[in-house]
Amino acid sequence: MKDRTKYFAYPYVLWMIIFIALPSFLVLLYSITTKESNGLTTIQFTLENYKKFFDPLYLNILWDSIYLAAISTVICLLIGYPAAFIISNTNLSKRNTLLFLCIMPMWMNMLLRTYAWMTILGNNGILNNLFSLIGLPKLNMLYTKGATIMGMVYNFLPFMILPIYTALSKMDKALLEAADDLGADKKTVFIKVILPLSMPGVISGIIMVFMPAVSTFIIPQLLGGNKNMMIGNLVEKLFILNGDWNFGSAISIVMMVIILISMSIMNKFDVDKEGGARLW
Amino acid sequence: MVKKYLSKIYMGIIFIFLYAPIVVLAVFSFNESKSRGHWTGFTLKWYVDLFHDRDIRLAFYYTISIAIISAIISTIIGTIAAIGINSMKGKAKSLILNVNYLPVVNPDIVTGISLMILYIAFNMDFGFNTMLISHIVFNIPYVILCILPKLKQLDVHMTEAAMDLGATPMYALRKVIIPEIKPGIVTGFLMAFTLSIDDFIISYFTKGEGVTNLSIVIYSMARRGVRPTINALSTIMLSVVLILMILINKRTNGMEKAKKLKEKR
Repeated sequence: MKDRTKYFAYPYVLWMIIFIALPSFLVLLYSITTKESNGLTTIQFTLENYKKFFDPLYLNILWDSIYLAAISTVICLLIGYPAAFIISNTNLSKRNTLLFLCIMPMWMNMLLRTYAWMTILGNNGILNNLFSLIGLPKLNMLYTKGATIMGMVYNFLPFMILPIYTALSKMDKALLEAADDLGADKKTVFIKVILPLSMPGVISGIIMVFMPAVSTFIIPQLLGGNKNMMIGNLVEKLFILNGDWNFGSAISIVMMVIILISMSIMNKFDVDKEGGARLW
Repeated sequence: MVKKYLSKIYMGIIFIFLYAPIVVLAVFSFNESKSRGHWTGFTLKWYVDLFHDRDIRLAFYYTISIAIISAIISTIIGTIAAIGINSMKGKAKSLILNVNYLPVVNPDIVTGISLMILYIAFNMDFGFNTMLISHIVFNIPYVILCILPKLKQLDVHMTEAAMDLGATPMYALRKVIIPEIKPGIVTGFLMAFTLSIDDFIISYFTKGEGVTNLSIVIYSMARRGVRPTINALSTIMLSVVLILMILINKRTNGMEKAKKLKEKR
């Protein structure tokens, strides 16, 4: 029976070759050919598209993306670690509710959640109205880098809380008692036992926040305005407006490589040894 | 004791941070005035406006029909593929699982543009079909990931017993395997449906002339600023996803409870 059901996977293998492998290959092909290549006869290979990336204009965009994503990741870590710690220390009945409340926003449309902040941060928005009520001057908050960071922290915070929580809840509590029995005070227990044991979760969290943050184009577009471009906006612009697919593909390949490297780092520190099916 | 209150306050602040913007969005979809900072009175006119807007009605039609069709097709393909993958072994299996995982880990924007390039290479017209295929492409991996754990729990001896008692392999599949993994299939379907109505980025790159979905409409409107009709539309979409999520969560919780009961016995 088992031998025969194996063939059930074959149609999907064909599907994957057409719709997953082939498109990735085409992106790679575009990234190493010139714009003038129209068919197999006129194909011309080049590394120009990757070199273009080192133009200061584009390096700046790349640097900005990494910088904004990194700051958001650090803020998420600082806010998220205590939250994960608190959740892992509540009793079981409450814990599931708290977790569900953390997961819930991850399933709501990112576009809508980002748009929600436009209502709050805008010049006539809620915050500015509150400020004028208590006599403060209006602040220009929307369409700034700060707004972009805000949007990223808001959208990706759950991705930080969950892996850290998983690491903390899987920790062997006997180790804490042992440390306590051997005379360590609470601070020492935290620094010498809890923190090192939760490191796999922290690393997963950092990658799971950094990856979507560095590649997003909705958040900088809606909250950062046109001035603050990120790498995702650049790809969108190259494909939709400029039609420079070769350069756009090269950037996509760079993004893909970054993601794959991050994924393999994450797999090394995998908290869930049960396997790949991590949907949350 | 103080510590307990502090952690309660901390979690309270986190949840306010996570949910307040959504609540604000929903509340202001009922606000009379167009300028969004002030509350001037309750109205449903923005919702009424939605139903009169032809573009939004059309986008709604496309969103729902693509979600239903793509969820059905990806559930069927995903179920068959999962059964096949489950009985594979070794390198071939891990290779397939890794490729299957690619659309899940890839940034949506990369999946979007690579599919767009594929359709152009095949000379396909952009429109309903391209968007539908794209949704199936990113839905199947999630369906498979929902069903595989159920297949792992499946007792191999059950199918063997069925066949020893004279069932053909197909009969055993229909009468033993499918009923056993049904909860995974239903969860996979719900998840595919949710992901499809929620998707923006991949649809954005594979949409065609006159064929859009609600997220794309919201994006193009939001680029020009805040409007109460977007709030109304967002509120409807968020409520639908909220209901679906609670359904999925109830299902998985129920499944876990059933499993625990089984183990206890």
